[in-house]
Amino acid sequence: MLLFILFLLTHLIADPPHSYAAWHDWMSSPAVNVVTSVFVVALLAHAWVGVRDVVMDYVHPIALRVLVLSSLVLYLTGLGAWVARILWLRQG
Amino acid sequence: MFLDLVRIQMPVGALTSITHRVTGILLALGIPFGIYILDQSLQGPESYTRLISLFDQWAFQASSIVLIWALAHHLLAGIRHLLSDIDVGSLLPAARRSAWIVNVGGLLVALLAAGALL
Repeated sequence: MLLFILFLLTHLIADPPHSYAAWHDWMSSPAVNVVTSVFVVALLAHAWVGVRDVVMDYVHPIALRVLVLSSLVLYLTGLGAWVARILWLRQG
Repeated sequence: MFLDLVRIQMPVGALTSITHRVTGILLALGIPFGIYILDQSLQGPESYTRLISLFDQWAFQASSIVLIWALAHHLLAGIRHLLSDIDVGSLLPAARRSAWIVNVGGLLVALLAAGALL
């Protein structure tokens, strides 16, 4: 994830996209698409592990814990679906 | 039990540790905002231009700086944690020193971000 952040920052500093077309072309290249997808999967997996650990430390009643953790799963899969739509199902 | 809230002092490592948690939650809550920006940036030329003009709003800049601080602190604290897992800097003096580095380093990155954005 650190490598991706550095990759994105380097691109934005070295060759800032001054137009929609430039940004769109860069994001549409297969390599950037794949790398971004891998980053998002890693990010969402990390968010799951991290927030789960925090929830398990502070939320003890089992029913409430199940409720919070299932909301978390819903939240993160929803975000994943949103990114999938942007990265893979975009028109044009 | 000693629980005098005025006299209790958190060791610097405890501050690093709790901030690692808080920034993690903050970052998890920030993900939809990042995805929204990605979405708007790729919808078309008009929404791209609208997004760029949003970058000049103070509310956007302020929340960006907070999230960049959160990311920097979380990243540095995470690396410190990994190092201490492989027994690098686990002893108290080194651990305290690295905790200071993390806390101050996160703020320095936020300062850099503020300089770049404002």
